[in-house]
Amino acid sequence: MAEETEDNITKIVVISSESVLPTDAVMKVYESEDSITIKETCFGTMVNGPREAVLKVVETLRSMDRNHIFVKERGFKPGAEVRCRAGRGGGPRPGFHFLREEVNMLPMIGRALDKYEAGEPLEEHEAPEKLDISKLKKIIDSEL
Amino acid sequence: MAKVIIYPTNSLILSDMVERFGHEPLAMMEKIKKIINTVGVDSPPLNITPEEPKRGLKYAAVEVPAGVRGRMALIGPMIELAEAGIIVGDSSISFGCMGCARTNELTKFLIREKGIPILEIKYPRTEEEGQDFVYKIAEFLKSLPSGSDEE
Repeated sequence: MAEETEDNITKIVVISSESVLPTDAVMKVYESEDSITIKETCFGTMVNGPREAVLKVVETLRSMDRNHIFVKERGFKPGAEVRCRAGRGGGPRPGFHFLREEVNMLPMIGRALDKYEAGEPLEEHEAPEKLDISKLKKIIDSEL
Repeated sequence: MAKVIIYPTNSLILSDMVERFGHEPLAMMEKIKKIINTVGVDSPPLNITPEEPKRGLKYAAVEVPAGVRGRMALIGPMIELAEAGIIVGDSSISFGCMGCARTNELTKFLIREKGIPILEIKYPRTEEEGQDFVYKIAEFLKSLPSGSDEE
């Protein structure tokens, strides 16, 4: 594993594409000649290594399906003992819930990015209003 | 390239979008990386020491719980650097390290107080809201100055 220096970074690459699988992304990373470490996960990959190499690889990955591959930095490197489930006796990794919640939104965000790129105008729509308390009371009473 | 603070501070979607549109996201992940990579003997591996709540005193009073002050020691300096901000509300996912309600309130307050350009929206729940969300963020980021690298 790459030594942890100031200029070593880790990026999480989340793949929400219909045409690219995490395996494809990993194969693409293996093609790279830079000294980086990757870990394939259920939502994509984690890439760790020197900043320039990681940024280059991440850009290559992004170009596979620009609007459906999302990237963020990660504080901990892959397999860090305090975060990795392997050493913590199971259970979700801290931070997993947030990631999962956002991963569920990614197909929607990806489609919206496609539309934005295509220059489609924003469709006006009425935002659903919150239920009025008096209406809620009526519903409760009617159930009785 | 403007420095854009995002709230929630560890959001994948926001961090990605800010980078995608050519700006620099100010996110929690970098701070965490810095703190865990600094060699320390007091409190490895996370290196959270009593110094953090002390640094947080700049942003919150001494009666405020140490947890809030400790978190502000990380978030406060990011707010100081920020040149713009995106605040996304209605997140049912402010759990884990994002789960301190008072810190979240204080963070949003300090961002609003700073007088920088801010976009406040809500997390999308439907397809239309998703489109609205992306379009608003994209337009906001495009409206920010792109060449302000002054450090």
